[in-house]
Amino acid sequence: MSDVIVSINNVTKDFGKVRAVNNANINVMKGEFFSLLGPSGCGKTTLLRILAGFELPTEGDIQIDGQDVTLSPPNFRPVNMVFQNYAIFPHLNVASNIAFGMRKSGLSKQDLNEEIEKMLELIKLPGYGERGANELSGGQRQRVALARALIKKPKVLLLDEPLGALDKKLREQMQIELRLLQQHVGITFVFVTHDQEEALTLSDRIAVMNHGDIIEISSPGQLYESPKSRFAADFIGTMNFFSCTLTDYSDGVCIADCPDLGSVRMTCRDSSIAVGEKFILAIRPEKLSLSFEELTDPYNATRGRMGPSAYLGDRSHFYIHIEGRNEPISVALQNLSGSLDMIRNVNREVWLSWSDNAAVMLPFEEPHNE
Amino acid sequence: MHATKKRVNGLAVYAVLYLMFLYAPVAVLPLFSFNDSQYITFPLKGFTLQWYKQLAQNESIIHAFLNSLRVAIPVSIISTILGTFAAKAVTRYRLRGRGGLIGFIMVPLVIPEIILGISLLMTFSLSQIKLSLITIGVGHLLLCVPFSMLVLISRMEGFDRSVEEAAQDLGENAWWTFWRVTFPIIFPGVVASVLLTFTISFDEFVLAFFLGGSDATLPLHIWSQLRFPDKLPSVLALGAIIVVVSTIVIFAAEWIRRGGVQLTKQSKI
Repeated sequence: MSDVIVSINNVTKDFGKVRAVNNANINVMKGEFFSLLGPSGCGKTTLLRILAGFELPTEGDIQIDGQDVTLSPPNFRPVNMVFQNYAIFPHLNVASNIAFGMRKSGLSKQDLNEEIEKMLELIKLPGYGERGANELSGGQRQRVALARALIKKPKVLLLDEPLGALDKKLREQMQIELRLLQQHVGITFVFVTHDQEEALTLSDRIAVMNHGDIIEISSPGQLYESPKSRFAADFIGTMNFFSCTLTDYSDGVCIADCPDLGSVRMTCRDSSIAVGEKFILAIRPEKLSLSFEELTDPYNATRGRMGPSAYLGDRSHFYIHIEGRNEPISVALQNLSGSLDMIRNVNREVWLSWSDNAAVMLPFEEPHNE
Repeated sequence: MHATKKRVNGLAVYAVLYLMFLYAPVAVLPLFSFNDSQYITFPLKGFTLQWYKQLAQNESIIHAFLNSLRVAIPVSIISTILGTFAAKAVTRYRLRGRGGLIGFIMVPLVIPEIILGISLLMTFSLSQIKLSLITIGVGHLLLCVPFSMLVLISRMEGFDRSVEEAAQDLGENAWWTFWRVTFPIIFPGVVASVLLTFTISFDEFVLAFFLGGSDATLPLHIWSQLRFPDKLPSVLALGAIIVVVSTIVIFAAEWIRRGGVQLTKQSKI
């Protein structure tokens, strides 16, 4: 499980003057579901295409299963790809599409047909072999693209936003199926997506990318609960950010002074920030609580005014204004009994509170205007 | 209420007039080819097949017809091959000066054929190449490659590059990718290109006039026959046959091309 199967070393890719990938270093483990996550244009697809062999890196090297494949053309790499638009061969039927890559397999016609049948079973389209490529729905095309790649038994399967073209319901269903399939076949998946929720659902580990840089590589839980960078914290889910100064540190408890929040007490996670230094404090909306009764705790409580709210069925979102702060603080509450009373109380005074381990400390950076 | 339904549709009238202008003269050809008279005048005299019989016995016409085939068949095949390569290069590779290159290849389309003919004639005579069907073919090639290229560029641009990448990804090299994926997908374009360039070469007159040796192609032969009134009816019969055959060919080409367009449209989902 812990063997490295894909090793991306110092890979940089320039398109003319544009740097698409900047000094990427990633090790993907055998059997892992690894995602490259980032906004469009962040270089994730370029990196995937470098792995597939469609682009050559400007610098750096790629190793797959211990072999240097940096300069190998796509047809000599032990990887296969599921394209964003599936790239189903329009002139071939489903069975021929799946069999496409098996020309040199040396299988007899009968064995090959059995393999195809097995694949059709795997992707839950038994009996679809004779269907024309044009008679398939989006979800079916996606499955055929998967089968066509998996029949080659690649060491690594590369997936370029394969669920992007599907509607929401189907996408969620395919996410579950994809994850089950990956566990079933045991092949390493490298998955490109801009959908943070999808990445969290599917992945063992996620590399967050932005502007060609790899910002952070973590497990979904870590990435969500304790991101190490402002970009990752902001890109994944919703996050409230505050500028703070660390005032005291003892026994793993940090005390900070935040202009918008007052005094904050928290469990220390980042020891790289010294007392007296500025840092960014980040709190997820669902880690905040609301109360109409005045809270007098010296720490982790602050007064605000109710802004607009949104009822979302299972939960509600609230926006709380704090004096002297431009953007409202976002709060998410489960719609249990009582929380519904909170809705539509615009301008009413409200108290925010949170627990010691709700906040995440991030290195200070000037807020960028994006 | 009914007044609006009876409103004259100007566009439809225009379309009918246009089609009449286009096809009425063409219809004259078969009409007189069955007329039992040497002279092209109304009223018609009576029905006859004699001009067709005469045509079948006219060896010089048959010879010229075969000459035209000898030129048009290789020209249509070679220009389609060259057009395919050029279209692939232009659409698939990051070429420097792509626009200029396409422009250069397209130039023969806009140079008057008479200029092209004279300059080719000069070139051939300067290099002491004897004029023959081959020199006609070379001239036609120059004329036909741009057409093939236009047809095939639109075909190549019409389908998604990633299917070729998928073929490579599944283990095929460039050669096999072309034959297993690219060629089947552009096939309707290839057929259209062959048929189009065949017709262009088959009835091309000006270049053939300049570059032909002692062997005449069909248009040259027809031209030479127009001087003799008694030969005219069998030329009409020949013309009628050509019209019918080309109509069938064009419909066939369009039918094949349409089938293909549907194929790629749906694959773009």
